[in-house]
Amino acid sequence: MTTQAWTLARALRLAFLSAGALIFLAPYVWMLSTAMKPREEIFSSSLTLIPERWAAVENFSKAFTRVPMLQLLMNGVIVCAVILVVQVLVALPCAYALAKLRFPGARLMIAGIMLGLLVPIHATALPIYVALSGAGVLNTYFALAAPFMISVFAIFLFLQFFRAMPDDLINAARLDGMSELAIVLRVIVPNAWPAITAFSIFSVVAHWNDLFWPQIVVTETAMAPPPLGLIFFRAAEAGDDYGALMAATVVVTVPLLAAFLLAQRRFIEGITLTGLKG
Amino acid sequence: MDSIALPAGNPARASEAGAVARRSEALAGWRLAGPALALLALLILLPTIGVVALSLTDFELGYDNIHFVGLDNYLELLEDRTFLISLGNTLTYTVIVTPLSVLLGLGAALLIETEVRGRALFRTIYFLPVVSLLVAMATVWQYLLHPTIGPVNALLRLIGIDGPNWLGGSDTVLISLALIGVWQAVGFNMVLFLAGLTAIPRELYAAAEIDRATTAWDRFWLVTWPMLGPTTLFVVTISVINAVKVFETVSTVTQGGPNRASEVLLWTIYQEGFVYLRVGYASAMTVVFLAILMILMVLQYRALDRRVHYT
Repeated sequence: MTTQAWTLARALRLAFLSAGALIFLAPYVWMLSTAMKPREEIFSSSLTLIPERWAAVENFSKAFTRVPMLQLLMNGVIVCAVILVVQVLVALPCAYALAKLRFPGARLMIAGIMLGLLVPIHATALPIYVALSGAGVLNTYFALAAPFMISVFAIFLFLQFFRAMPDDLINAARLDGMSELAIVLRVIVPNAWPAITAFSIFSVVAHWNDLFWPQIVVTETAMAPPPLGLIFFRAAEAGDDYGALMAATVVVTVPLLAAFLLAQRRFIEGITLTGLKG
Repeated sequence: MDSIALPAGNPARASEAGAVARRSEALAGWRLAGPALALLALLILLPTIGVVALSLTDFELGYDNIHFVGLDNYLELLEDRTFLISLGNTLTYTVIVTPLSVLLGLGAALLIETEVRGRALFRTIYFLPVVSLLVAMATVWQYLLHPTIGPVNALLRLIGIDGPNWLGGSDTVLISLALIGVWQAVGFNMVLFLAGLTAIPRELYAAAEIDRATTAWDRFWLVTWPMLGPTTLFVVTISVINAVKVFETVSTVTQGGPNRASEVLLWTIYQEGFVYLRVGYASAMTVVFLAILMILMVLQYRALDRRVHYT
């Protein structure tokens, strides 16, 4: 009796989960399928997934030639890398100082950081844009990365992490005559890798996918990161060459998806950190 | 450097050395925190003050004239139809996306938690949209929901239903965008709920069973739901905040149309400030947007504070 009820419940559960999974996967399946189809098959609106005539080569070659796709991917990589490196370089020493050193103003600064957590890029975008436009540096990597040079979230995260670190470790290093900067580099960083990894994933996912800021400071295709590049591609294609469009979406979606599939646990940890950010 | 290293019995010198050590520690602190402090001031503090200041002016980029206009921009907002529509649409969108994405996230988490087989696989599948480029996936959804060539309507035709023009009709566009938003957010909420579920002590379920809860349904209401309280509140707030920030899908697919039916706050701000370059006016909108976010976060903190702790 109980086993039967259990199997029925379980069958239902699996049915629900599988149905949900199908819905969640459908866009990816159709994206791949449509990227392989020629125009006339897409417009016949049949529900077959396997194309009768394979058009992957022409679709993908359009995706790579109508917009400088490699350049777009490159832009994305460069901007994400610059942002991440600067964020970590600025946040690590600051978080260490706030967590382990006593200096006047530290409390005030922590309060400032907590307040900073409440302010999204959307709120600061206008003045920063006016300043960048005034300086004549729109359409540059600098403009793309500038507002994200500081991540209060990174400081907040590292601060929590460092507070939990034993003081003995640091005192021992001081007795060895290390300077505070040397302590950060040789004692703190090696011990902070879990936090740094998690933050890196969070930062890269956020900035690789961001459209809002790039759409504000970049108007030239050559400087666009992938999401904005895709918008330009849609405009150039008048939006109805779905085969090429899907090929392009495959190209820009695959890098992060592949990274996610390779390191799922770390990705889920890193991204759900945003939960803390609120 | 450390006072422990000093010979005992010389209090004057010890305290002097202590003062030196404190001063050098403070100096090191300032040196290490300095760059962050400067950037914090330059990139967050000043621009935030700046946006409030600009909202009191008639500044337009490209014109040199700038006048203090007091609260005129805010008064204009009250009568700006586009802005009011935008506020309303953002509210509608949030009201659709939040409950659906929270409930589905909770449902998925509960089902996955109790299922041993394929747990990792389902979790991966539901989480995929979170790491996918939203602009790209919005494009895919636009194709899926295309009124004539889209698979969704083709499927509906099979069962004799004439599907609507999902993203093209002013009655359906907001719902369609909200459904894309739900699809994108469920996996994130699910993972937060999964973390909340694993934190519930197993003994509580055993105790509940001894007590009176014999069915899974009873156990859910007796143990899981109250224990998940803080997680749920947290997930709800994040979902609301993320929904209020909807921008990517609108910018990619509908651009506020048709007929302003999908005009949402960030899109309106973007248009006004960065396309029409009416910086002063857009700043006033931004301040309203920021105020909404702040109120949401204060509400969350207060709710978290008042929360009864069950553990």
